Amino acid sequence: MAVATQTGACLELFTKQPAAAPWVQALREAAFQRFAELGFPTTHDEEWRFTNVAPISRSAFAMLPSRDRQGAVVPDETQLHLAKHAPLDNPFVALNTAFLTTVAFHHVPRGAVLESPIEITHACDQPGRVHHPRTLIVVAPDAHCTIIERYTGTGSYFTNAVTEVVAGDGAVIDHYKIQTEDRVAFHIATMQATLGRSTSFTSHSISLGGALVRNDANATLSEGTEATLNGLYIVNGSQHVDNHTQIDHAKPHGASHELYKGVLDGRATAVFNGRIIVRKDAQKTDSKQTNKNLVLSDNAVINTKPELQILADDVRCTHGATIGQLDAEAMFYLQSRGIGKAQARDLLTYAFAQDIIDRVKVAALKEELEKRLFEKFHEHGG
Amino acid sequence: MSLLEIKNLHAIVGEREILKGIDLTVNPGEVHAIMGPNGSGKSTLAQVVAGRELYHVTGGEVLYDGKDLLAMAPEDRAREGIFLAFQYPVEIPGVSNMYFLKAALNTVRKTRGLPELDAMDFLNLVREKMKLMDMEQTLLNRPVNTGFSGGEKKRNEIFQMAVLEPRLAILDETDSGLDIDALRVVAGGVNALRDPQRSMIVVTHYQRLLNYIVPDFVHVLAGGRIVKSGGKELALQLEESGYAGMGIYDEGEAA
Repeated sequence: MAVATQTGACLELFTKQPAAAPWVQALREAAFQRFAELGFPTTHDEEWRFTNVAPISRSAFAMLPSRDRQGAVVPDETQLHLAKHAPLDNPFVALNTAFLTTVAFHHVPRGAVLESPIEITHACDQPGRVHHPRTLIVVAPDAHCTIIERYTGTGSYFTNAVTEVVAGDGAVIDHYKIQTEDRVAFHIATMQATLGRSTSFTSHSISLGGALVRNDANATLSEGTEATLNGLYIVNGSQHVDNHTQIDHAKPHGASHELYKGVLDGRATAVFNGRIIVRKDAQKTDSKQTNKNLVLSDNAVINTKPELQILADDVRCTHGATIGQLDAEAMFYLQSRGIGKAQARDLLTYAFAQDIIDRVKVAALKEELEKRLFEKFHEHGG
Repeated sequence: MSLLEIKNLHAIVGEREILKGIDLTVNPGEVHAIMGPNGSGKSTLAQVVAGRELYHVTGGEVLYDGKDLLAMAPEDRAREGIFLAFQYPVEIPGVSNMYFLKAALNTVRKTRGLPELDAMDFLNLVREKMKLMDMEQTLLNRPVNTGFSGGEKKRNEIFQMAVLEPRLAILDETDSGLDIDALRVVAGGVNALRDPQRSMIVVTHYQRLLNYIVPDFVHVLAGGRIVKSGGKELALQLEESGYAGMGIYDEGEAA
């Protein structure tokens, strides 16, 4: 579809939006303009090579904005950071910003240690709607917090989420994104973390639902920052999930760790693209990236690609990707003890995924995810 | 009726023939030792009986309790009472020893027409068997064999055997990698499981293990065939003269 046609339909929805504060209106207009220039990406764009968003671009503007998006509630205190971090060059971020209406905003004051997690749940129960959830979390220096974002819903809809996390120096943040959208829903999300000096940031992205899913998880590190981006995707049927990560070592002495694991069955397809940028300044960077895939069927497809851009000369960067089937020796070992083939397969798959769940620090969430996994992989008794 | 009857068994891995006509009969309660140089086919025989799909049987037959063993899936063999103590027990990260063993025991019990054990009864049974093997109970909560020392892995195998109570136990080089103290514990565990109704096949390279687990019969496997059979004194002769001294040579095939 031509960009003009797309944006024409978009323009009508855009102009129908309720008015907002002038600064919000300015953000919207700049973003809209950017989107009009970019249009929806196609598989000719390197960033979207393996993810065809045609099903979204065909239907997105036939969809109405979700009903709860009435009235502008963008608090003025978000002005300093809102839309200053997530990249507008991503058309979906531009689109989200053009339709900026409500913001889930949390500010964690300096030195505060939050005992319970900040929980943000986006549940879409309005089939045929498009919604653009927007989240901004500002964590002041030396504050500690846990953030849990959940995306869920029923029916066919399109979620286009953008989350910005801004961490002051010395902050400690534990972030989780749990995506359990409807199996026929579209889900596109960008998480952008801008991390101050000596910050410790850990993020886990768990993708279980959705028909067409794209996650962008980006972190920009400062001096001595430690960032961990982990992920787990479990897909079957005709599900498609694309995880793009970008870790930008902008300053020296940063460390980053990445472990993404995927389980693919049926005709499911998945993409992992891990970009690591080490800027000229960022000496003594220590970075490790791993992507492991368990492919259970002959028809599932995984495209995995590390993308290292290293401009500094005194750094350590390692990366590795594996694509494999269940270990034949382990299968035989379990079977030789009387455990049936189907159950052995479930057990080993569960164990593969459990590795990520084990890293979840919030006990209740860990338990919930274990239960989900258990139900998924223990249908053959045990 | 004999428990296991192997007749003219041939097996290949890839293109290579490893077993070239094995005949062996094991009656209830008997302990048979199978010795032989490296590459003689000892481990292959053990794995074929347990049902490893890596090996293809190209000829002969195996009757277990009168039934066609080769037609059975590995899990069905286990449920019918065959147990293989692995030479190299497999590490399975993410699956707890406890969960694994409970799942295994309950499928085996189901086949025997016994009710599933509840958590309490299972724990009591396991505690008793762990004591037998001089094992730390913390091993139960760890993933299967993961990070276990060589000795712990071998003990874990015999511990599983004690819990599952097989009718036919095949011990594949259970002595390899064990120091003398660990060997005594493992052999003690095995001996405690000797029973007029339980048969064992003990595969070993060295005579040492047979000082502790005294066999009724000793067979020497070389080049994929049993070349000599006798009583327990055959093992001592071998120890004295070596395989070469008895005219038995390693043919350089995979064990």
